[in-house]
This record gives sequence, C-alpha cells and structure tokens, in this order.
Amino acid sequence: MTLDARVDRRQFLRVSALAGGGLLLGTILDFGAASELFAADPSKAPAGEFSPNAFIRLSPDGSVTIIAKNPEVGQGIKTMLPMLIAEELDVDWQTVKIEQAGLDTVKFTGQVAGGSSATPNHWLPLRRVGAAARAMLVGAAAQTWNVPVAECETASATVTHRASGRTLKYVDLLDRAATIPAPALDAVTLKDPKSFRIIGTRVRGVDNHAIVTGKPLYGIDITLPGMLYAAYEKSPVFGGRVKSANLDVVKREPGVRQAFIVEPAGTDLTGLLGGVAIVADSWWLARSARKKLQVEWDEGPGATLSSASIATTAATLAKQPPQRSLRKDGDVDAALSGAGKVVQGEYFYPFIAHAPLEPQNCTARFVDGKMEIWAPTQNPQPARGLVAKALGLDEANITIHLTRGGGGFGRRLMNDYVVEAARIAKESGAPVKLLWTREDDMHHDFYRSAGFHNLTGAVDASGKVVAWRNHFVSFGDAEKFPTATGNPPFAPGAAIGAGEFPARFVPNFALGASVMQHYVPTGFLRAPGSNGIAFVTQSFIDELAHAAGKDPLQFRLDLLAAEIPAQQPQQGGLVASRVRGVLELVRDKSGWGTRTLPRGTGMGVAFHFSHRGYFAEVVQATVSRAGALKVDKVWVAADVGSQIINPSGAENQVVGSVLDGISEALAQEITIEKGRAVQSNFTDFPLIRMAQSPPVEMHWNITEYPPTGLGEPALPPVVPALCNAIYAATGKRIRSLPLSKHDLKWG
Amino acid sequence: MKVSLKVNGKPTSIDAPPDMPLLWALRDVLDLKGTKYGCGVGQCGACTVHVKGAAVRSCQLPISTLQGAEVTTIEGLSPDGSHPVQRAWDEIDVPQCGYCQAGQIMTAAALLAKNSSPTDAQITTAMNGNLCRCATYHRIRDAIHKAAATSAATPSAPAATTARPRQAGAPRN
Repeated sequence: MTLDARVDRRQFLRVSALAGGGLLLGTILDFGAASELFAADPSKAPAGEFSPNAFIRLSPDGSVTIIAKNPEVGQGIKTMLPMLIAEELDVDWQTVKIEQAGLDTVKFTGQVAGGSSATPNHWLPLRRVGAAARAMLVGAAAQTWNVPVAECETASATVTHRASGRTLKYVDLLDRAATIPAPALDAVTLKDPKSFRIIGTRVRGVDNHAIVTGKPLYGIDITLPGMLYAAYEKSPVFGGRVKSANLDVVKREPGVRQAFIVEPAGTDLTGLLGGVAIVADSWWLARSARKKLQVEWDEGPGATLSSASIATTAATLAKQPPQRSLRKDGDVDAALSGAGKVVQGEYFYPFIAHAPLEPQNCTARFVDGKMEIWAPTQNPQPARGLVAKALGLDEANITIHLTRGGGGFGRRLMNDYVVEAARIAKESGAPVKLLWTREDDMHHDFYRSAGFHNLTGAVDASGKVVAWRNHFVSFGDAEKFPTATGNPPFAPGAAIGAGEFPARFVPNFALGASVMQHYVPTGFLRAPGSNGIAFVTQSFIDELAHAAGKDPLQFRLDLLAAEIPAQQPQQGGLVASRVRGVLELVRDKSGWGTRTLPRGTGMGVAFHFSHRGYFAEVVQATVSRAGALKVDKVWVAADVGSQIINPSGAENQVVGSVLDGISEALAQEITIEKGRAVQSNFTDFPLIRMAQSPPVEMHWNITEYPPTGLGEPALPPVVPALCNAIYAATGKRIRSLPLSKHDLKWG
Repeated sequence: MKVSLKVNGKPTSIDAPPDMPLLWALRDVLDLKGTKYGCGVGQCGACTVHVKGAAVRSCQLPISTLQGAEVTTIEGLSPDGSHPVQRAWDEIDVPQCGYCQAGQIMTAAALLAKNSSPTDAQITTAMNGNLCRCATYHRIRDAIHKAAATSAATPSAPAATTARPRQAGAPRN
C-alpha cells in the first residue's frame, strides 16, 4: 500500500482551519494543562462562597451554580455539560442554577460548538471537576467529625458518616471546604456509572422556560443603552469590494445617523469583507435606507462563475487523470479487467446553505479602546483574534459575551458578522447591533461545498467487492493543489480523507482528486464532508450490491466482515464490528427483508461513521406513479459508546439530524450565476416542514467505548438510505441531489 | 405616525414609520423581544403573534393597519409561562435552538383556541407554515396533543390568552 497523503478529514479540518484563521474544530483539548486551572485557588472566591474551581459556586443561601462553558446553539450543551459536574458533585439537579460563561479559554479551555467534540472532550474532565469539589466537601465533613474520609458518603448535597448516621449539608461546610487542599483532578475517584442519578436521565433544556415565555436570550435580543442599529451591504459577487456608493442619498433617509464604506481587511473570505454600513435609529430604518443604496462594485475574478461553468470544468477534469493521488492499494486496473461485473457512476451534490433561523447578528460597543461584543457564535476564540487583527486591537482589550444562538449547524464557526459589527461600532462611536437580512444570510454563507465523484467499482463472481476507484473533483487552490506538500489545499469543507470508507476494506482501491479554483466561500455544515461523501459512497455500494445480486444490507455486512485495525485509533478510526453492530440492529428493528412491499414502495439502507459515532439507517419511501415522493419512516441504530448522557437531548439531536438530512436531500441547492448565489430566502431554498417529516424510530446500541457526541453523525446516512429506498421503489438510481430535480415517475 | 392599540391587554401607543412591520415595532419600539425575525417574507412563522386571537405573521403587518388592534405576543400568552401550550413545550422538551418556538407556540395556541382536540392531520395543517430549522416537529405535535389533554382536564379555562396554572396531564407516549 502507498499512502501518498495521509489526510484524515478531522485532522485536515484542524490543520487547514488553523491555517485559515485559527478555527479549533475537532481539537482534543489538553486537559493535562487544564487540570491546574480547573482546580483554581478556592481562596479567591467571594466571602462565604465555596468556589473550588472555575465551574462551581456554592453559596451560603444553599444555591449551587454551575458554569456552562461552551456556546449553546441548540445542541443542548448548556444542559449536558453541567449535568456531568452536578452528577459527581452529588447535588440534586433541581437545585442547580446554570450560568453561561463568556469567552475565557484560560479559565475554561477551548470553547467551541463544533465537531461533535464536547462529549468526548468533557466526559471525564468535567466529571472530575465535580468530583474534586465533592472530595473537598467530604474532607471538610470528615475533619468536622474527626473520622476518616473513607467512612463518609454523599447524596443530594449532604455528607453522611455511615457508621454514626451523622449528616452535614454542603451549605454548612462551605468555609471549611475552602481550606481543604484541592485534589489533583486525575486522582479523584469517579462514580460507578451504576450509581448515576443525573447522567442517563431525561433532563429538559435549562433555557426551556425562558424560551417558551419569550425572554431575551439570543444575540438578536441584545439591547444596550444608546444602541444604534446597522445594516451592512456586501458585494453580491463573493469577495468584491466597493468602488463607489451614493452615501449622500442614503444619509438623507429618515433615521440614518451614518453611512460609510468599509474597506476589506485582506482577501480572506472568512474575514472582514468590504461593504457599505448604514447605521440608524432602528433596524427597520437602516433596512429601509438600504433600499436607496446604490453601489458600484469591483467584483473581482469570480464574477463570471456559474453552476453551469463549474459543471463543465468538473466534467473536463474528470476525463483527465487526477491531479493528485490520495491513496492507492493493490492494482485497480488489473482487478477491473478481471472482474465479474464493473459499475460506473458519476455523482454530484450541490452547494447548500446553513440557514440557521436566527439571521447573523452581533452587538458591539467600543469605549476607551476596549471592545465589548455580544455574539451568537459557535467559535468565540477565533472571533476575538479576527477582531483584534482586523481592527488593530490587543486581544486583551476585547471581551466576548456568548449569547444563545438560534441554530448554528456550523455557520457560526465563522465570525464574519462579528468582525463586521465590531468594525461598524468602532467607527460609529455608539453601541451598534448589526443584523443581516435572511437574504444576506443566503447570499453570504460559507456553503457546504459542492462535490463531483467519478466512481468505478467491481465485484467478482462471488459478489465480493474487488475494486473501487474514485476521482473526486472538488474546490481548492488550483495552482498549488497538484504539487503542494503536506495536506492537499482543498477549500474549507471540500476535502476527502485518504482513509474514507471503503478504504482498507477493498483490496484494490484508488482515490484521486482534482480541484477547481475556489471562489465560492465554503465551510463546515453539520457533518462536514460526510454529509456529501456518505451519499456518494453508500449509494455506490448499493449499486455494487445490486450488480452482485446481493441483499444490500447483507452486502455491507460482508464488506465489513474482516476486523481491520483502525489506522488512527487516537482519532477514533472506524471499527468494523461497531458498524456491523448498528447494521444488524437496524436490520432487526426495521424488519428489513421480511415484508413484501407494493410497487412504488421501497426500503433503503446506509451507514456512516463520522465524529466518532456509528449510525446505520433504513428509510422506507413511497413514490407515486406520477413521481410524488413520500418518506414513510426512518429507523436509526446508533453506537456512540457506553452512556447516553441526556436521552431527551440525545433523541432531539438524532431525530433533528435525520430530518435535516432529508431536508437537504429533498430540495436544497444553492446555484451560482454571475459569481453570486441565486437563492435568497425560504421561498427558493426550502426547509423541511411538518407535513414532510416522517416518523423516526431510534435505537441505541450501547457498547463499552467511551461516550461520543451527537450533533452531527446521525445526518449522513439518511441521505443515501433515502436514495437507495427510491431505487428499491422505482428502479431509478439517484446520482445527484437535490431530489426535486429528478423525475421519479414510473410505470 | 402614532398608532394606538392594545398589546398583551395594555393600551399602547407606537410612534414609528407607517410601513414599519408590527414585528419591528414589538421588538425595537416596545422592547418585546420574544417575537422573532426569521425571513421577513411570511415564510417561516417565527414572528407569529395573535391579532384578535388569530395567528398572523407580524413581519407582514405594517403598523398603519393596526389602529385599535388587539395584539397578543408570546410575552402575553400567560403571565408566567403557565399556558398549557407553554407548559407542554417545556415538559416534552421541544426546543433545540428554540428560536422558532415562540412562533410555533402562538400558532399552536390559536389552533387549540378554535379546536380543543385537533387530529394529527389538523395539527399538520395548522403548523405547516411554521419552520423549525432544528426539525422539532414530532415533539411539537406531541406537545400540542399534551396541551389539548391538559386543557380538556380543566374545561372551564379558555385555551388561549388567559390561562392559569394548572395540573399537567399525563405525558403522551
């Protein structure tokens, strides 16, 4: 085997993103260094309070406050991470108050909502944080009673001395506990999972009451004294800059305080892009004035780009040898020439937008050289760096408060709206809330990258997969791509990993790639990479199964029969037995192969491993003779390790991801004309609605592996499972998305 | 222009441009932030409020059309979050990001005020105009059934706008 470029997708995300602005996606936190920080000096706590570390405050009034460190964008982390602490602290969940942390990575280590990374990153460290505080409280009680610590136990914020039956409430131990030396975090004793009382129970979202009563929670809800409102117009062609604008006209509009041109800070599309800022007494007035704005743009080199020109270039590249080989195992050509059946397929998935329901917004105030920011960002640390660099500020003079985000899905890993707000506030001199329109959001996203995959595969006479070749045509730095050393310079979110399945499981395997120059901004959409690649891989495996005359689910089990050691166990590389486990579970739960379905109804299966999670999914779909598609039901089997921390939140993530994937597959596409995004709102970029949402039945396969995250990995398999179901129902093979572009009528 | 209307039962005056949609008057003039902006074109339902008890898109209603209107927002649905729909939303743990939920709740409350025991099909018809980007639709449906059951247990109270705290019904599974 030769491995020309060992580029694991997660590793790539980390490396490329760091190169492109300090994004910390998927990074495993260094909790070794954090241990000392977490066990910070309790003597610094306010009088009467016991605050053994940055996450916990016990107050003389009996209240227990736990700090939620990560940004909350709907993934449930503001509830789930404090559960880990409360469990080991041994307090009743009902008594806990949750406080959202601001950006402070010294106190809290990395604060990012991305990569489904919070569960694996915090499962042990935050439990240890709770256990260390508990140990100090137990120590205080033992000292009070002059008994060994080992004779004491805790429950519900109370220490009990087993032998004598004496009890002391935590609230009565605060002063003494603060004098007990904080234990080393890696030395504390954790609970046996059998005795969990919070972890594993259905805990409702800590903000539910505020949400259902309409309390201000989100970035868009921030109000500051004297605050003005801003609209910001950027070049519709990505990366264009202002040549001139009719600012005098705009300034005469009602309520307008300022209108000014912003020069871009560099050429990075993730940074501060040029545009025109309009600052007014209300957002409606700023938006109304914007309708009078006329800008002459310097549109730059992407102005002639279109979806059609991209497809033409991709087709040309596909006919040539790949610009780079990413992996070669065995001899694909020899295997193809001697194979039983050869299958070819050209696959395509489009650009799509994130479209979180809360449009991008940020509020900033610049006073006396200090910038204060309120942002619904998933990724505040790079936001601070971006603002510092673009505005020439010292990071120490930038404070970032984290608001709840009205959805993220990876869009808010980028901080363009943050740097725009800071820039406008700095020039304005007043506190400013910048709010984008929905149209701004559609036109200036970091889209899920489109991708073209050109596949050839073969099965032998026994139905075994003997060859697999993929020439992946994507986006990147076209000039450097063929020869660059190290990680291939794909555009953000537009890469493929050299180890991507079915690598290792097919003896003759070749993965090559070519890129087109990257003009359209791309980024990380929920299950980045995987959300397109799984569609291709799992659809093509289905094609091979049918060519082999095999049951598609059993065909996958056969492909995974050999337990091949994971190449990057530290990255949680794919373990075949875990895939087989979820495939067998979804087979049994869905009644796969046991029902006779009418013509026009079919079941499809797919699996995918991403973000350390294993998901197999079966879709049943019905297509009318006239071609109307209905998704009847989805069955999900999941292996994310030994413990589902909050089943209510976990089910929300899985069901939401599955419906999100269906939503993407049904009708979502961003097309490009004249260098700009065509779609502008939910009228032409539809989200799934209630009437289209099938029942989702889900099952956990509990295994001995450490728990992993759920924000993303349930999404990728549902897309190919749906397409494979359509094939079973109609005989029509779906090789491109969205489904709305296909005529599905049959008979 | 000056518009006099009732918002959440209180006589209120709004002084703003006549074409300002009710959404922005609520959010930026009256500082009622519960009603949300999602699309601005009546496609998503995040801005849903009640005008005379009917669920409407506040992003599509210029304040010039609202002289004398009676408007209820999420903040006025109940004094303390005790409306059966609000309680059911919390108990079923509907919200993910939660951004659309005020609009979902206002649509659901208007539905239940007209139809105290809606079928699945009636719920879908009523709710299909409200987008949830997190796709919490199944729990929304469950919560509406639960709120209907709760209201049925105390038939003397109206389903919308003036609910008092009451015992929750058994969870539906």
